[in-house]
Amino acid sequence: MMSIKNYVNNLSDEDLKRIYKKMLMIRKCEEHLGEATKNGAFPGAVHLYIGQEAIAVPLCDQLNDSDWISSTHRGHGHFIAKGGDVKKMMAEIYGKSTGICGGKGGSMHVADFKKGIIGANGVVAGGMGLAVGAALASKMDGNGAVSIIFFGDGAANQGVLMEAMNICSLWNLPMIFMCENNQYSEFTHTSEVTSGKIVDRAEPFGIPKYEVDGNNAVDVWQAAYQAVQRGRNDEGPSFIEAHTYRQRGHVEFEYTFLSRTYRDQSEVELWKTNDKDPILRLESYFIEHSKYSGDDIEKIQKEVQDEVDDAVKFAIESPEPEISSAMDHMIER
Amino acid sequence: MSKQRMMPAINLALQEEMERDNKVILYGEDAGISLLGQTTGLQENFGKDRVRDTPICENIMTGMAVGAAAAGYRPICHLLYGNFIYTGFDSIANQAAKLKYMTAGQVKLPIVYMAVIGGGRSAAAQHSDIPYPALMNLGGVKVVVPSNSRTAKGLLKSAIRDDNPVFYLTAAGGGRPEEVPDDDNYLIPIGKSEVINQGNDVTIISIGSMTLKALQATKKLNEKGIGVDLIDLLSLVPIDEDTIINSLKKTGRVIIVDEARDICSAASHISAILSDKAFKYLKSPIKRVTVKDVAIPYSPILESHVIPEVADIVNCIEELLELN
Ligand SMILES: Cc1ncc(C[n+]2csc(CCOP(=O)(O)OP(=O)(O)O)c2C)c(N)n1
Ligand SMILES: [Mg+2]
Repeated sequence: MMSIKNYVNNLSDEDLKRIYKKMLMIRKCEEHLGEATKNGAFPGAVHLYIGQEAIAVPLCDQLNDSDWISSTHRGHGHFIAKGGDVKKMMAEIYGKSTGICGGKGGSMHVADFKKGIIGANGVVAGGMGLAVGAALASKMDGNGAVSIIFFGDGAANQGVLMEAMNICSLWNLPMIFMCENNQYSEFTHTSEVTSGKIVDRAEPFGIPKYEVDGNNAVDVWQAAYQAVQRGRNDEGPSFIEAHTYRQRGHVEFEYTFLSRTYRDQSEVELWKTNDKDPILRLESYFIEHSKYSGDDIEKIQKEVQDEVDDAVKFAIESPEPEISSAMDHMIER
Repeated sequence: MSKQRMMPAINLALQEEMERDNKVILYGEDAGISLLGQTTGLQENFGKDRVRDTPICENIMTGMAVGAAAAGYRPICHLLYGNFIYTGFDSIANQAAKLKYMTAGQVKLPIVYMAVIGGGRSAAAQHSDIPYPALMNLGGVKVVVPSNSRTAKGLLKSAIRDDNPVFYLTAAGGGRPEEVPDDDNYLIPIGKSEVINQGNDVTIISIGSMTLKALQATKKLNEKGIGVDLIDLLSLVPIDEDTIINSLKKTGRVIIVDEARDICSAASHISAILSDKAFKYLKSPIKRVTVKDVAIPYSPILESHVIPEVADIVNCIEELLELN
């Protein structure tokens, strides 16, 4: 295991503020989605990222538009963290013409290639090859850009992970494997479908591995810093396993169709407490280690809520897609 | 007889067949708790040995089915959504479909690959495909597509008892609840279709989810005095050629309603069979009502534009009869 060096001095008050704000943005957007879906406010189902914000944000905070990320069915958080437009994401989930994909993709396919967001993905581990390809392109361009695959503990069991690690190590690609271990793969506990430790899978390929508390934004930032620097300096791939917890269902509404429960409510509640929740944890760290105070936090919360409200209003008021657009964008004729 | 919805009927077929034959085993992602309801309670009844939760690993799942079948079991490989057939496609296309043939019949492969298919739920492009055209083209696998709870039960039981790989594909949006016979030997033979409405003016051949829409269209057409012979195809490999040709002989006109994209759809293949074998009975061109050749979009208005609706079926027939 690579030890995670202490780079925390590199994090200024403004860095912390920016990271906190982004994490809150994800949380508030998704709290809205979790509520709105109950009333059928938008068409499809949503897989919420709530509880895992401290993974995408501190990593993406170190990236530029020329870096690439490829993510999962639980992809709103990665999209926002990498600088995706919140209004356009919201409009996409509402299935509107102003959505980032014109209403054609929805929650599971939010993407913005101009911002290096290859996108969410409906196929578990489906984004893996895409990220590797982008890493290959960056390597060939020699531009110092890195490529990140976000994937779950469940996705770690797809064979393509082995293929990806082998080729990235072999070709020394600027790739970061960011495994978000939230303990569940749909409704099955990871331990029931996974042998060994996921992070150890990097070892035989000679890929440096980092294991981190994924609910601690500062720790994630530091591990990510090392991995990003390695990529930028042409030192090859890195593997991070971030331990976290999915506070919401696998998909909203799951108890309307599941025949039984699969985890204790007390377990879920535990992960929402001050000691566990990534946003509450960063909040106390922030107050303790920066010039900012509780009042400033309140101000940030209000700003974020206003921005989310605007995005929702924008989504609701936007027009439906033109029917003719259904026929666009398949293959060039 | 009792009225049942689709998932409970599928579940009952699985319970009965696992009870009947202890070589039947089932595995899939979340098979224990069951995401979609097909496998609810099986693990409690038959144990974690015979009903296994797998990791997410469709490649090995589809290949394992071939090996387990060759070694004497009757595996049911539950792939959740039709799109994940693609994820596990290598062993399906290169092994399951070919191993018996390549080895001159040395091996039997009694496998059921199970998934839900199709759109209509704003699940977007990676959860809404109809993969059967690709499967039909493999040659070495059977493909069945029930349309309601009764055919779902009868076909699944036949699929489990069949000695070939069978794809068992049901509509993700469910299907018509119907009276389902209690008989635990109620089988619907693979390769037989059902004529579910009789009429003399036009034949509709419908597949899976489209059967319900075709029934609704039939009602509308009946009200206008147009008689419809409606065939619920049920099996795509093999296809019940006799029934569709006999119907065409009677009506002289046929449309095929298929939720696959038009290009190389099941509808195109059926159209080819009919023009080969029944050309002289045709009074008008064979028409296909299919999905437009695009990925399935998320927005409901876009999605209902690309997937056939009842009105599309009615319009197609009215045009065919030159009533418009
Ligand atoms: C190839 C494929 N197989 C199965 C599924 C169904 N499915 C969607 S999410 C999921 C679990 C994913 O677990 P994990 O990778 O841990 O991500 P998490 O949901 O915990 O974020 C499964 C099995 C899928 N979308 N794609
Ligand atoms: Mg998980």
